[in-house]
Amino acid sequence: MSTETEPLLRVRGLTKHFPVREGFRAKGAVRAVDGVDFDVRPGETLGLVGESGCGKTTTGRMLVRLLEPTAGTIEFAGRDITHARRAQLRPLRQDLQIIFQDPYASLNPRHTVGRIVAMPLQVNGINPPGGIKKRVQELLELVGLNPEHYNRYPHEFSGGQRQRIGIARALALRPKLIVADEPVSALDVSIQAQVINLLRDLQRDLDLAFVFIAHDLAVVRHFCHRVAVMYLGTIVEIGDRDDIYTRPQHPYTRALLSAIPDVTTLGPAGRIRLTGDVPTPLNPPSGCRFRTRCWKAQERCATEEPALVTRDGGNQATACHFPESGPIGVVTSEPVEVP
Amino acid sequence: MSLSPVEGAARAEMEPAADPVKPDEQGIVGRSPGQLAWARLRRDRTAMVSGVVLVLFVVLALAAPLISKLYGVGPNEQFQQLLDGNGMPLGYVGGITGDHWFGLEPRLGRDIFIRMIYGMRTSLFIAFAAALVTTAIGVAAGILAGFLGGIVDTVISWITDVALALPFLIFALAVVPTVGLRFYGPREEVPPAFQVTVLIGIFAAFGWTSTARLVRGQVISLREREFVEAARASGAGLGHMLFRQLLPNLWAPILVAFSLAVPSYITGEAALSFLGIGILEPTADFGRMIFQSIPYLQTDPAYVFFPGVTIFILVLAFNLLGDALRDALDPKSSR
Repeated sequence: MSTETEPLLRVRGLTKHFPVREGFRAKGAVRAVDGVDFDVRPGETLGLVGESGCGKTTTGRMLVRLLEPTAGTIEFAGRDITHARRAQLRPLRQDLQIIFQDPYASLNPRHTVGRIVAMPLQVNGINPPGGIKKRVQELLELVGLNPEHYNRYPHEFSGGQRQRIGIARALALRPKLIVADEPVSALDVSIQAQVINLLRDLQRDLDLAFVFIAHDLAVVRHFCHRVAVMYLGTIVEIGDRDDIYTRPQHPYTRALLSAIPDVTTLGPAGRIRLTGDVPTPLNPPSGCRFRTRCWKAQERCATEEPALVTRDGGNQATACHFPESGPIGVVTSEPVEVP
Repeated sequence: MSLSPVEGAARAEMEPAADPVKPDEQGIVGRSPGQLAWARLRRDRTAMVSGVVLVLFVVLALAAPLISKLYGVGPNEQFQQLLDGNGMPLGYVGGITGDHWFGLEPRLGRDIFIRMIYGMRTSLFIAFAAALVTTAIGVAAGILAGFLGGIVDTVISWITDVALALPFLIFALAVVPTVGLRFYGPREEVPPAFQVTVLIGIFAAFGWTSTARLVRGQVISLREREFVEAARASGAGLGHMLFRQLLPNLWAPILVAFSLAVPSYITGEAALSFLGIGILEPTADFGRMIFQSIPYLQTDPAYVFFPGVTIFILVLAFNLLGDALRDALDPKSSR
């Protein structure tokens, strides 16, 4: 995973504001995603983590162009697709697919499994060698379903099986990048592991890149090469998985990681408790967005928005004026200003 | 058309599921939601009885000329010789005999049975045609308003509100005679086909609103479902999303709305004919028959009885079937 490889997906300053109206007057906007930058290289998995409402899903939907970005650019394989029209997108659709969160809502209840999985082929007018049915049955086999279930309906399957159908549909066009929007959070823990392992096998066999949106940090650690932590519409820290999980620099990342339940230790050992609620994205705090809940916040945090910068020449970038250093579990109480 | 259109539609819904796969290579075939609904409907005795009654009525109505031939009496034949000096039919219960099963009309002496068969044909044709037209308009308007939203939704919803605000009866009373006069002079006879068209047009102008609202609401709730987004993410166009993704999920409410619209148009048409702005003489018609029978309520109750009871059974059967259909299509709703 060398840094020199041309990124498959390059996102710069991606922003989505949802206007809020009171009657006919515009009354500000919900800044769901506010200037997000990241790259995804071919065959790589980028985990996008953060708590509910931080803009993970909105980002994912913008990537597959289900939502129109307010600002910023999305480049896919060197082409700007930020505002591409449907006809222009058509060749790219094949490379860029999405897996949804809720396997009960993502499959049309009136279509057979065969029709659901064949839908991307049909709307793009693709007739694979050997016919659509053969391709669909290959796909079903690929995701670990019985190809003879071709004529069944979604209501006859369990949640995990339905999610596999959704994965087969996403794979139908042989994509290069899949946005997985919390693909396992609606499933049982035992089924989660199966689906995650399936995704990992598929990634290895088909050389897929993933943008993996999740709030389950353990799942992300298991599956992702790199991790981006989002808070209130911005990325506060991004880096290689091991760096993020062992040496997080942003206080929010530390707090988030310390919240992972650990059955081996009892009690709130080393847990960082954040006080207060996430501020409203209608009117986010000035400067650093995390400062209202950060135990290290200084005056500078309120006036100056920290940029996402790389430190120590590593791959890890943090948006914080007073980043933490050292392994997780050790919280520096004294703020150390970084020049 | 040996089946009522409602059942035909129910069949049509199930057809995509019944894949023409040869039994030996069939493997595992799931039961579609449509097949499950059909199975539930089959178990519902009320639905089956009302369905059979409806099929019987529809067959009778369609075979009206044939029945007339077999019965040996035409709809406009008069049997003055069987009436007494006051114009009342001779014999008991309105002149029921082996030749005239339901008796004769007072004064004109026409056969009630065969006029009812023809009247049913008029009523059912108008009701089905009006229900089809209104459902088609309503589905088109509702699906567009719901899916596209924004300005399209605002405009369509506004038109719906205006159509709902117009008083139907007053409008019909004003328009029907005017349209007749506009195309045919005051002395000319208005042909029945024209009257029927005007009635269907009046029903279509007012009846589409409820279906449009129903479909719009359903589409709004379906639009945000992830399977629609999955189609969009795969590059599907508007047509695919409306007709392949959304419409199959709308068949249930549309079918129920249709099956409940038909009886309301039967009674609506009868009411308009009762008021004298529906189908005019000599075309046989249910509503007018009941209207004309009212003065004889005391002297010749059989004249009121037969058309009244028939229209009652017809409408009741339609409503019961509609309810059963709703239960069968949506097993989660309470019974």
